[in-house]
Amino acid sequence: MANAEGGHADRRASNREAFARRVVGRAHRRVDAAAKVTGATRFADDLVLPRMLYARLLRSPHPHARIVRVDTSRAAALRGVKAVLTGRDLPTPFGILPVSQDEHALAVDKVRYVGDPVAAVAATSEDIATAALDLIEVEYDVLPAITSPEEAIEKAEPKIHDYAKHNNLQKLTNLEFGDVEAGFAEADHIREDLFFYEGSTHLALEQHAALAEWSPDGKLTVWASTQTPHYLHARALARVLDVPASRIRVIACPNGGGFGGKSDPMNHEVVVAKLAMMTGRPVKITLTREEVFYCHRGRHPVLMWVRTGVKRDGAITAMHFRSLLDGGGYGSYGVASMYYTGALQTVTYQVPRYKFQGARAFTNKPPCGPKRGHGTPQPRFALEVHLDKIAEDLKLDPAEMRLRHLVPPGTLTANYLRVGSIGLGACIRKVVEGSGWERKFRQLPYGRGVGLACSSYLCGAGLPIYWNDMPQSAVQLKLDRGGGVTVFCGSTDIGQGSDDVLATIAAEMLGVDLEDVHVVTADTSLTPVDLGSYSSRVTLMTGNALIQAAERAREILATHVAAKLDVPPHRLVFAGRRVFDGTNPERGMAFVEAVQLAEAAHGTIGTVGSYKTPTAAGRYRGAGVGPSPAYSYSAAVAEVEVDPETGIVRVERIWIAHDVGQCINPVSVMGQVEGSIYMGLGEALMEEMAYRDSRNVMHKIPSMLEYKSPTTIEMCDVVTYLVEDPDPNGPFGAKEVGQGPLLPVPPAVANAVYDAVGVRIDEVPITPEKVLRALKDKAKGGAARCGPSRFPEIPWPEATRVPPPWEGGDGSALGDARRSGGSGAPRTRRSDAVPVPEPDGPRAVKRAR
Amino acid sequence: MARRRSDAAGKVRVGFEVNGEAVEVVVPPQKTLLEILREDLGLTGTKHGCELGECGACTVRMDGTPVLSCLVLGPTCEGRSIRTVEGMAHGAQLHPLQRAFADLGAAQCGYCTPGILLAAEALIEANPTPTRNQIKEALAGNLCRCTGYIKIYEAVELAAAWMRGEDARPREESVYGER
Repeated sequence: MANAEGGHADRRASNREAFARRVVGRAHRRVDAAAKVTGATRFADDLVLPRMLYARLLRSPHPHARIVRVDTSRAAALRGVKAVLTGRDLPTPFGILPVSQDEHALAVDKVRYVGDPVAAVAATSEDIATAALDLIEVEYDVLPAITSPEEAIEKAEPKIHDYAKHNNLQKLTNLEFGDVEAGFAEADHIREDLFFYEGSTHLALEQHAALAEWSPDGKLTVWASTQTPHYLHARALARVLDVPASRIRVIACPNGGGFGGKSDPMNHEVVVAKLAMMTGRPVKITLTREEVFYCHRGRHPVLMWVRTGVKRDGAITAMHFRSLLDGGGYGSYGVASMYYTGALQTVTYQVPRYKFQGARAFTNKPPCGPKRGHGTPQPRFALEVHLDKIAEDLKLDPAEMRLRHLVPPGTLTANYLRVGSIGLGACIRKVVEGSGWERKFRQLPYGRGVGLACSSYLCGAGLPIYWNDMPQSAVQLKLDRGGGVTVFCGSTDIGQGSDDVLATIAAEMLGVDLEDVHVVTADTSLTPVDLGSYSSRVTLMTGNALIQAAERAREILATHVAAKLDVPPHRLVFAGRRVFDGTNPERGMAFVEAVQLAEAAHGTIGTVGSYKTPTAAGRYRGAGVGPSPAYSYSAAVAEVEVDPETGIVRVERIWIAHDVGQCINPVSVMGQVEGSIYMGLGEALMEEMAYRDSRNVMHKIPSMLEYKSPTTIEMCDVVTYLVEDPDPNGPFGAKEVGQGPLLPVPPAVANAVYDAVGVRIDEVPITPEKVLRALKDKAKGGAARCGPSRFPEIPWPEATRVPPPWEGGDGSALGDARRSGGSGAPRTRRSDAVPVPEPDGPRAVKRAR
Repeated sequence: MARRRSDAAGKVRVGFEVNGEAVEVVVPPQKTLLEILREDLGLTGTKHGCELGECGACTVRMDGTPVLSCLVLGPTCEGRSIRTVEGMAHGAQLHPLQRAFADLGAAQCGYCTPGILLAAEALIEANPTPTRNQIKEALAGNLCRCTGYIKIYEAVELAAAWMRGEDARPREESVYGER
C-alpha cells in the first residue's frame, strides 16, 4: 500500500506530489530490454512471409550521367525472376521536404551519385536477384561531375537539379537580426575564424531492410526499418504508388540504430511496395553494408566562417556567421540542415545582433541529411573553438567568460527562439568542479591538456515538416477490465527508449506497475499519428499527449470511484495499483475494481490525448527551423594526451553535465549521454566520408573496417552529471538527451589539443597527420594551425532584415507585408517548418488544409 | 568426418549441434553459418551487419570459441557445437549477462547485443575476474553505435561478480549519474 505521507487536503496536484513519484525518475529495466538481450526483438530483416520474393537494386557506377536506355529483357527472362522495375514504372517524385521533392524510387532521367538506384529485380532468391542485376544493360551518357561545393558555386553546367537557385547551389539564405556593423563598432575586440566539419555517416549496425505485402483485398502493408513511418506512409508511398493512404499500413520495426539515417522515405521501401503490388507476393529487401554507405543521409560536410565582436569581459556585441554545406546528390532534409547551421548560435550566450548567411550545394555524392544533432554539431564546433580563442585573446578563463553571458531563462532570442529553462550555468560549474579545471587549464605538462565546450539542442522541431495545424503527436489509451493498460502511439523505438517512456509515464499517471502496461507503437493502422523519431521530439511530444489521455481516463475513473466512496474526486490518488483518498489512504479500491466500476457505469473506457507545439515566435522565411518547446543544455570538459612524435590524440576522459529537465528513466538517459559522447568522439577523431579525389567521385571506404569508428579500445572514460532543471513545456519537466550531449565533444577535444600542444586544429576529424602538420608549422614559427584558409565568394540573396525583439520587432521581416501581422491576429501557423515552396521548386506540393 | 552426401544440385548435408540440440541441414557449400542459423533454423537472434567480418554482430560460439558466423562456411560446422544468444537463457530465467545488460541499459537498439553477449560469456568462462582492460580487449571486435560501450563494461563486470556467487549491485552513479 502506498506510503501514507499526509496528503494535502485540497490541491489535486499536490495529491500527486504527496505520493512521491514511483516510476518517473526512478532507474528501472526498460520494457524493451528483455526481448533485446534474448535476441527475440524482431528487426525488419528477421521477418519472413510465405512465398516471399527477394529484391535487389541495380545502382549507378557513375557519379553523374544521363540514362539513355535500360534493357531489362535478359534479366526478366532469367529463371526465378518474377518482376523487374525501372524509373519509368515509378515516375512520381518524392522527398521528405515539401520544397525539395526531387527523388525518384529509381532514377528516371539522370543518376546523380555513385550508388543511385536505376533498376530493381524481384526473384525467388537473393542470389537469383543478384545474378539478374548483371543481366540488366544500362546505356549511360556520362556527364562531368560536380565534386565540391566550390565547384557548385562556379559551374552553371552541368546542372545536377534544375531547381537549384544559383548554378548548383540548391538554396541560399541571408538573415539579419539587428545591425551587426553597429555591434562590431561597439566591440573592444573583433575576431574572425574559419572552420571545417567533415561529413560522417550514421553507421547503424542494422542495414536498412523492408518487406511489403499486397493482399487480395487491395491493401498494402509495408514493414520497414524506418524512423518516420508516418512520413513514409503519407508522404511517399501514397503519393508515388497512387494508392489512397487509407489502404496502406506502414509498420516501423524496431530500428537497429537510426541516428537520422532512417528518417527519409527511401528508394528501396517504395520499390518493394511496387514489386509486391506487381507480383502479388510478399517482397523483401535488405541492403548490403556498401549500399548503406550510398544511402547515407548523414552529416553534411560544412565550411564555416564566423566574425564576433566582444567587450573586454567577453560580452558579445555582434556575430556574423556563414556556412557552406556540401549536400550531395539530392535534397533530403538539406534545406532544414542549412537553416539549422545558423539557428542555435543564439540560445546559449547572449547575442544582441546576429547575421547568418547559409548555402547548400548539390554535388555528385551520396545525399547528406540529418545525423544526430542535425546541422548543429558543425556550427557548435566552430562557435565553441572560436570562443576559446576569444577568451585567450581577452585573457579570460573560458568557463568564467561563458558563465557571465548566459541567456537568461524565458528569453526570446534575436532570431525569435523562445528559451524556457536553461540549466547551463549549473552544467558548467559541475564539469569545472568535477574535472579539476582550475588546477589543470594551461597548467598540465606539455602533451596533456583540457578543453571546455558548451551546447544546446532542441526538444523537438517546433513545426511539422509538412506545414499543417494537426497535432504532432497523439496517444490512445485502453483501460481493460483485467486491470491492464494499453498505450497506442505512432512513436518509433530506434534504441533511444521511446517505448519505455510511454510505459513509464502511463504507469506513473494511472498508478499501476510497469508490468501492467502494454505499449503498441509505430503502426499506422493501429496507432495514432506521431510524426517520427527525429529532432529529439519523442519524449516531450508523446509524453505530453499521453499525460492528456491519462488525465482524461483518470477523470472517468475518479468520477465513479468518488461517488462510490463518497470522497471529493480531486482528493483521489492513483498509486500502488489502487485508487484511494489521499487524506485517508485506507479508503480506496484496487485499480482493476475502479476500471470495472467505471466501465459498468460509463461503458468501455478509451481516451485520446494529443500535443501541438507552441506557435513559433518568428514569422520570417526560415523561422520554422530552430523553434522548439524547450532546449536542453550540456557542458563538457575533455582531457587529452597528444603524442608530439606521432600526432596521435588519445582522449582519456570526458566530464559532461547535461540539463535534461527531468529524467523519465535515468537508465535510458545515462545511455543516451554516453552514446552521444561516443558518436561525438568518433567525429572528433576519426570518422570521415572520404571520396576519391579523381573526377569519378567514388566513395573511398564504403566498409565498416576502412570507415574508422571508435571500438572499445578508443572510447574514453566518461563522468556524467545529470542536471534536472524541469521545463514547464516538458512532461514532468523532461527535456531531450538523445542528441544534445554529442555537440560539446568535438570542440572540447579540439580545445584540449590546443591546451596540450599549442596547435589549433580548426577542423574535424583531428587526425594525427593534421596534428603533426600543425606541430611542424609551429616549430617553423608558423601559424601552428591546420584548417581551412578561405570562405568562397557566394552571391548571397538580398538580406532579410528582422528587427530583434528588443528593437521593437514582431518576428516578421521588414517590408515583407505578406507575413507581417497586418490583418488582425496573425494566423497561428503562418511561419512554416521549411521555407514556403518557391514557385520554381519541383512540383510544389498542395498545402494540406 | 561423418558420411556426407551431396546431391545433384551440389548441396551438402551438414549435421551439428545448436544450443545443445542436434540439427541437420542440406545447404549449398558456400552458405555461411550465419545464413543457416537465420534462414534454415529460424534463429534470427544472430545478426548480419557487414557481411565482411568487420562488425561482430554475427558472433556465435563454436565449440566454446567466439567466431564470426558470417565468415564460417556451413560444411565446416559438421560435428561442431554452436551456441547462439537463443541458447543463453534457461526458459524464462535470463543468463546473468542478459540480466545485467537489461538492468543497466547496456542494450539500447539491441542489434549488436547478441554478438557481444556471446563474446562476453566466453571471456568470463576463461577469466572469471576480468579487468576493465581485459573486457575492452575481448569486445574490441564488436562494434556498437548506441551505447559508447560503458554500460556494456559495467554489465559484464556485474554479471561476472554474480557468476562468482557474489551479491553485487550496480553503483548508484552508474544509473543516476555522479552527484
